[in-house]
Amino acid sequence: MSDQNTFLLDGEEIPFVPGQTIMQAAQAAGKYIPHLCWHPEFKPHGSCKLCTVKVNGRFGSSCTMEAATGQNVENRTQELDDKRRTLLQLLFVEGNHFCPSCEKSGNCLLQATAYDLGMMTPHFDHFYPDRPVDASHPDVMLDFNRCILCSLCVQASELADKKFVFVMGGRGMRGRKIIINSESGKLGDTDFAVGDRAASICPVGVILRKRVGFAVPYGERTYDKAPGSALEAAK
Amino acid sequence: MKEDDAILAVLARHGNDGSRLMQILRETQEALGWLAPETITAIARGVNWPRAKVEGTAAFYSFFHTRPRGKYCVLWSDNITDRMLGNRDLMQAMCAKLWLEPGRLSEDGLVSVNTTSCTGMCDQGPALLVNYRAVTRMDMARVEQMAELIRNQVPVEQWPAEWFRVEDNIRRKDALLDHGLVPGEALAAAMERGPAGLIDEIKASGLRGRGGAGFSTGMKWEFCRNAPGNGDQPAHYVVCNADEGEPGTFKDRVLLTSHADLVFEGMTLAGYAIGAQKGLMYLRGEYRYMKDALEAVLARRRDDRLLGKRILDKDFDFDIEIHFGAGAYVCGEESALIESLEGKPGRPRIRPPFPVTHGYLNQPTTVNNVETLAAACLVARHGGAWYARLGTAKSAGTKLLSVSGDVERPGIYEYPFGVTVRQVLDDAGATGCVQGVQVSGPSGVTLSADELDRRICFEDIPTAGAFMVFDCTRDMFEVARNFAHFFAHESCGFCTPCRVGTQVVARLMDKLATGHGSQYDIDEMFKMHRLMQGASHCGLGNSACNPLFDTLNKFRPAYERRLKSLEYEPAFDLDAALSQARQMTGRDDAGAHLENAE
Repeated sequence: MSDQNTFLLDGEEIPFVPGQTIMQAAQAAGKYIPHLCWHPEFKPHGSCKLCTVKVNGRFGSSCTMEAATGQNVENRTQELDDKRRTLLQLLFVEGNHFCPSCEKSGNCLLQATAYDLGMMTPHFDHFYPDRPVDASHPDVMLDFNRCILCSLCVQASELADKKFVFVMGGRGMRGRKIIINSESGKLGDTDFAVGDRAASICPVGVILRKRVGFAVPYGERTYDKAPGSALEAAK
Repeated sequence: MKEDDAILAVLARHGNDGSRLMQILRETQEALGWLAPETITAIARGVNWPRAKVEGTAAFYSFFHTRPRGKYCVLWSDNITDRMLGNRDLMQAMCAKLWLEPGRLSEDGLVSVNTTSCTGMCDQGPALLVNYRAVTRMDMARVEQMAELIRNQVPVEQWPAEWFRVEDNIRRKDALLDHGLVPGEALAAAMERGPAGLIDEIKASGLRGRGGAGFSTGMKWEFCRNAPGNGDQPAHYVVCNADEGEPGTFKDRVLLTSHADLVFEGMTLAGYAIGAQKGLMYLRGEYRYMKDALEAVLARRRDDRLLGKRILDKDFDFDIEIHFGAGAYVCGEESALIESLEGKPGRPRIRPPFPVTHGYLNQPTTVNNVETLAAACLVARHGGAWYARLGTAKSAGTKLLSVSGDVERPGIYEYPFGVTVRQVLDDAGATGCVQGVQVSGPSGVTLSADELDRRICFEDIPTAGAFMVFDCTRDMFEVARNFAHFFAHESCGFCTPCRVGTQVVARLMDKLATGHGSQYDIDEMFKMHRLMQGASHCGLGNSACNPLFDTLNKFRPAYERRLKSLEYEPAFDLDAALSQARQMTGRDDAGAHLENAE
């Protein structure tokens, strides 16, 4: 291993290719940096802030920051995991997350990450936002109650499907939301199809396939078999 | 059909260019009143963008209406200085006269009354916008007259002109406001030196950005000049940041009202220095009323060969265009501003790359504050060494302060850097005893009475120019609560810590305000401060808790006297939960109230 292209991640030497982000290099080395809006297929979004690390003592998003020689990156420290737990709690109270009855329970990255980081309660008062569901499409329904505004469906629809079905719009906690590309605002009035990449990208339970509810029972789902940290690091 | 024609006319005026979406949406709304779903569809078709992208932009900005807004839209400026001048009572009175609830459109679709973030009239408040025209010095008599005019459906154009008068209130002049330059003088001097020579002078002057961050202007221009253009149509751009959204700041308004030539000439200098042919001024939507006057100045400068082709008969082409924002504080952040200039929601970009290499339309762009560009004219005319002698060692030059609040003479004060806070207070005639001063707006610093000998300069207190004074009768907790709600309203919503954190903080402040707070809630606020300061995507989230942090540390009793206990108290209030039922039944007698269990 060349001395030049490495940085330290929690004291361990990690090789990188110039141009890689800290997240990409860590991922390639099988190391887990918690994340929600980052996905290896798409360009980094940098919004969930779960991947916040400390680089030479300064906070930064590991999904957007390029790796560089001489970086001393702190990742799974108590300080950072405490912050991540708070960020997760903020995401839980911002939306309406009813894990016990959610079709995505056990396959949900938000839930899995919360388990991984030992989040025991939502801590903050819930906001209980009013977020209507959209069942207009024949094959897919949208339950925006679970949306964490990660924009993965936006990227998938634009870059993989070339369709622009989803766009992030509006401002602030009360305004920011996924906007559907039709005058009615309904998914059924777009060219969205169940086979689109965007149909299977949602890390939480917003984009749900109709007529396949609970095909795999609770207890036998993705994150029931292995924790999110292990599965995400192996992606 | 008439509506379609109006939309097509606007689209044609902007060459069906989606990057001009902000201007297209504003002009369409000015023509049609609001942006109906079919209007957005027509615009999307016209600019050949996905419809959802157009709607995404329209939904981001406070001044774009995707629901009917009424023939009269009244927005009360809600900065703390407006509150201190009694805006809440006046708005309540207006709503009562119009049989309205704030934020709701009247049953007949005639009028809506609501609040908006600071409109930059703090020295002549309480202020408001009516159909996006600025009104100053509101009082009860004007409220009554205005309600009458609205009820009688008198067009705003026929309202008393006096209401729309905006004063400069220049109280102290120094090198900048006393510049004595005639249009073209600084530009001619710069052209003698050539672009590289001009950049050398700017560097030698020590001029730093006046938006608050204080980056070296000469370095910024040099980086931008040296950056190669990108793609098929390489170009360099000058952007003047006239978004002036920081509550309590109004110096750019005065510069653009009375010294517009100086600002436009500064932009031209920047264009000459970096090799740009186009400059864009991003002016906040609240200053829409300045449009005609500013366009007239630009036209005169074109006639005088100070803009356009072969400026001053030299081999230099440059022109300036004015773009308007639409009510979004975050667009003051330079990369969010550029996104907005490109027709998108004002979401700060991931940096690096920085605008000097990848800015407007992905081209090298220098973004400078209004005041910085004006000051650059002084340097171009008198030289860097002359300018560097003004101010302090690390803060060359002078600074405009927008002074408001509890002073006898609110307005614009220009000082060489290094002036003490006390000096400003004395000159402005601080009334009674000073309790605190908010310097550089909510994202700045709250000073207590024992810090008045601190100095305005980059070495001590850097500032974008806001200077709000609070005397001993003011409640510093309410100051901080006003700021907390401001940030919650203005957060762009992109990153988790700022989007949800600003809302959590605003709710904690409300909990304290209603007497349900405890030490636990104060600890929670410190926790949110630590989270948001490190993890947020941009300066808005990073500084959103500054006023809380400062007031909690320096004005602790203002918080503690509100605490119900020193341990935990729930926010839930049994009696308050019944308020909706009381409203529906019209009851407010003793039997309609529940005592909270103690």
